[in-house]
Amino acid sequence: MSAVLPDQRLLKFARRKRTNQIALVLSLAAMCFGLFWLFWILWETVRLGLGGISIATFTQMTPAPNDAGGIANAIYGSFLMVLLATFVGTPIGIMAGIYLAEYDPKGWLASVTRFVNDILLSAPSIVIGLFVYAVVVSRFKSFSGWAGVMALALIVIPVVIRTTENMLQLVPAGLREAAYALGAPKWKVIISITLKAARAGVVTGILLAVARIAGETAPLLFTALNNQFWTSDLSQPMASLPVTIFKFAMSPYENWQQLAWAGVFLITVAVLGLNILARVLTRNKN
Amino acid sequence: MTNPPPENFVRRSPWADQIFGWAAKGAALLTLLLLIGILLSLVAGAWPAISKYGLGFLTSTTWDPVKNEYGGLVMIYGTLATSFIALVIAVPVSFGIALFLTELSPSWLKRPLGTAIELLAAVPSIVYGMWGLLVFGPILATYVQQPLQNAFSSVPYLGALFSGPPVGIGILSAGIILAIMIIPFIASVMRDVFDMTPVMLKESAYALGSTTWEVVFKVVLPYTKAGVVGGIMLGLGRALGETMAITFVIGNFNQLDSLSLFQAANSITSALANEFAEAAEGLHQAALIYLGLVLFFITFVVLALSKLMLAQLQKSEGAKT
Repeated sequence: MSAVLPDQRLLKFARRKRTNQIALVLSLAAMCFGLFWLFWILWETVRLGLGGISIATFTQMTPAPNDAGGIANAIYGSFLMVLLATFVGTPIGIMAGIYLAEYDPKGWLASVTRFVNDILLSAPSIVIGLFVYAVVVSRFKSFSGWAGVMALALIVIPVVIRTTENMLQLVPAGLREAAYALGAPKWKVIISITLKAARAGVVTGILLAVARIAGETAPLLFTALNNQFWTSDLSQPMASLPVTIFKFAMSPYENWQQLAWAGVFLITVAVLGLNILARVLTRNKN
Repeated sequence: MTNPPPENFVRRSPWADQIFGWAAKGAALLTLLLLIGILLSLVAGAWPAISKYGLGFLTSTTWDPVKNEYGGLVMIYGTLATSFIALVIAVPVSFGIALFLTELSPSWLKRPLGTAIELLAAVPSIVYGMWGLLVFGPILATYVQQPLQNAFSSVPYLGALFSGPPVGIGILSAGIILAIMIIPFIASVMRDVFDMTPVMLKESAYALGSTTWEVVFKVVLPYTKAGVVGGIMLGLGRALGETMAITFVIGNFNQLDSLSLFQAANSITSALANEFAEAAEGLHQAALIYLGLVLFFITFVVLALSKLMLAQLQKSEGAKT
């Protein structure tokens, strides 16, 4: 008996150890699996994207099939719509975030808004496109840049609300109380004390929002549509980088596909750059 | 001797405070109205289709713009099937990644590795789509689909699952690409909730002689199960609503004759992306909006459940510590 027991124990111990080792190796494999895709996608984007980029990419309009050209109008359209959407969406998002964090953190309106905001944050972006189509495009009977701006702004708002609220909550209550004690009115406390203290975090949120809408295609498909030519008129259909990539990548024409790869490269660099910048900003703050 | 403060100095502008408060409240209300507006406009836009087909829309497989006959089952099946495949792949991998990041990784590697996985979530979906169609699809066809087909062609049931043209587009490739896209979401939620486990619990288990795997599987996982399920739901919500990546690789073919994983199919989002801008006003458009409404409803339920689960974890954590 006393001789058998240690044996069985040792066996059991060996088995547990083996299970542990297998699990840990699998976990390492999962990590490599995740990284593998990231590097593969980045590698292909750089390899195929850099090949398609030339000066003409930035100076010429989208060409006809099998014609030389660039994607200047798409880059400009994307830039314009993203810029305007950020300007429209950010103030609303920041104000709503302020309300959630500073005015009424526990009231019914705040709880409902927080819940709704989480739903909007992960709502399928194509549904946002449908909404804007119904509200703007079908009413004015025309696809337009403004509709695209509105769709993108609706995606910015929940992202900014979430980060603003989280960042304002991190500001120590002592700062606020000190400002109140000096007799500052509430709006002044919020603008020049709390918001200022949470500045880096709020900017991060805005950057992340910009990164998100810069790559969004679905909400633009039936709001801004597409345009072959350069236009600054926001009441006209407007080209954007993602929609152009979509159209060109699905086409059988070699030169269109090459331009699409160039566009993919530009978008990936911009979006990942913004993300990394956002991370660096928050790290410095911590 | 100092001067006394002038009269009326403190509250020079009582209005500013109120206006600012109203603006903040207005912005919060606007968010609320936005959701209601989206729901109302979808219902209004889909009304012709809702009143004509009712719930029968969800079980009919006809989708024929020429005869003006519509049913959504093909797309709903496509959406659910691709999301299911994505979850089957993504959940174990995300669990492994979270385990690695919380228990195994040396601390100097934690941050860069975590960031790299999160960057995977930042890559725009159109990039996944184009990469999936032009790079990944052909490789999947040659090295995975054809061998699978050869191996299982004579096996009943399994053979049917792998029948169809092995061209690298279809439900399987869409599911795999979705999996890659949702891994970062699930993994980072899992990592965060694993980190919430009290160190005391883990150390007690280690002190009793548990291996790392036993600590994670028998202590950390039971403690955080609500949060883990919440994270999975969050990833599912993403997968259901993903548009561009799927539109590229699913093949956009309305059929439900074969349940093969290699067969081209259609999903709600890809049908919307492909057909909506060209759809004639009237029943076709209404049917597409109806599909959008169904999608919104499904994601709403999934996200609400996920919120509930995550909130439960936070509550129980608050009670125990």
